[in-house]
Formats: sequence, C-alpha cells, structure tokens
Amino acid sequence: MVDQSAVGRTFTPVTARVEPGRLRFFLDTLGETNAVYRDGSAAQAAGLAAAPVPPTYLFCLEMMDAAEPFEFLTALGIDLARVLHGEQRFDYHAPVVVGDTLTFRPRVTSVTEKKGGAMTLIVVETAATNQAGVHVADTSRTIVVRNARPS
Amino acid sequence: MSSSVPAVGDRIVHKAFPPITRHRLALYCGASGDHNPIHVDIDFAKAAGFPDVFAHGMLVMGYLGQALTDAVAPSRIRSFSTRFAAITQLGAALTCEGTVTELIEQGGEKRAKLALTTKDQNGEIKLAGEAVIAL
Repeated sequence: MVDQSAVGRTFTPVTARVEPGRLRFFLDTLGETNAVYRDGSAAQAAGLAAAPVPPTYLFCLEMMDAAEPFEFLTALGIDLARVLHGEQRFDYHAPVVVGDTLTFRPRVTSVTEKKGGAMTLIVVETAATNQAGVHVADTSRTIVVRNARPS
Repeated sequence: MSSSVPAVGDRIVHKAFPPITRHRLALYCGASGDHNPIHVDIDFAKAAGFPDVFAHGMLVMGYLGQALTDAVAPSRIRSFSTRFAAITQLGAALTCEGTVTELIEQGGEKRAKLALTTKDQNGEIKLAGEAVIAL
C-alpha cells in the first residue's frame, strides 16, 4: 500500500506539442463544434497566436507524449485495475495554443488513507511550462486506489 | 461575458450530450492518450470487478468543459475543477449545468465563481465542480 514516503516523489518530465491533427481528433470525439477551437483566424483576432486548446486538454497532452503514461502508478506499485479518478483541477495562468510545446513536471503532494485503509487517495500535482519557459498552468489529479483487503 | 455581468444565481452553462456509446469510449481512448483498458476492454473491466466498461472521468469532464466554453471564452477561465462523484455508465445521456455562486475580485480583476454539475438521464450527479472565470 502506498504510504507517506511517496510524498515528494517526482516522475519523468513529459514534453508534448499541441499538434493540430491530434487536437482535431479530440474535438471530433467530443462533438465539439465551437469555432473558437477550429478557426485560427478568430483566435488571432482575439490576440492569440493560434486557436486555444479546450480546458481539459492539458491532461491529454501529458498522457499522449509520456514514454510511460502510467509511470507514476508503476513507480508506486499500484495496479491500474484498482485505480479510479477521484478529482481533477486545472489552474490556468497563460494561454495554451496550437503549436505550443509544453513540459509537464509531476510530483506527489499528498497520500491519505480512507475508510480504514480500504482506499488510498493520492494527489499528483503537475506544473506545465511552454516553449518560452512561461508557467502556463498547474494541474492536480487525485486518484483513488481501491486497496486489496488483507485476508 | 463582456456584454453583460452575470448575477449570483444565474444559470449561464447548460448543455445536453448524446448517450455515451462504446464507440465513443474507443475514440476517446485514442484521442486523449488515456489507454487504460478498463474503459474499452470488457474482459479487463470484469476482471477488475466491474460489470462492464465505463466512461473515462476525463471524457465526462471534457463534456463539462465544452458546456463551459460554449458560455465563456477559454481565455477567461482561471480555474476548473471537479470531483468525480459516481461512475458514468454506458448509455448515460449527460446534462451539464453551471450557476453563478459568487462575484469576487481576485488577481486584480473581477471574477465569478460557478458551481458546475454533470448529471445523467436519471438525475444522478456524476461530476460536481467549480470554475472561476474572469468577467
């Protein structure tokens, strides 16, 4: 079972580019038709370099370009089949647009046991910076591990 | 949001989505980079103790984000968070809503806090969240 010794663990940084074709696949999958994401000229008129990404897309970018998308689970000895997503948070500091290259740096910030050890809540916070070194966002993911009952 | 300032209690986010299919989950697996088999492989899901595959939480949050940015330009969103209150099953027809709960000054700008929910066709809350937007 994951314990407090995991707090402070960091994982391999992930660098991901916002590619227009991959983004279009995401937009099509969600049935997203909002022109703000598809029409670069509208974004440019609004002062952005290109179309922005949807609010949850940062989470996808980090997974898409990770050499091991579930590295943090493997590193902490957690079985993927026992994991649920408990909470997710995004704090946005600067725009992220098509063509940007982002670097994600994840770290474990808390480990909490619930229900007498039946569940463990693990918070992984990730800072995202762009190609100019601008800190564009922070994300926070809480995963719920359904622990095996000791027999 | 620049044309009119919302008031506390205003429901400014509201959007309904089509029922979630297995095909949608397969597409989201590829489109999101989240290849956890629990969402697309029924054998894996059953071995993990679930009756069937179920939706990625982040697909559901993606729908909520879409409902949010139908009402608010992406550049105006300062934060967006949610708790995944219940598993979203296959066939769920989701409705996303957001209501203004507070008008605040923060970071040198006027902002609004929104309470966000995503419910299925039975009214069960799947996601309960919050966004802070610049006005």
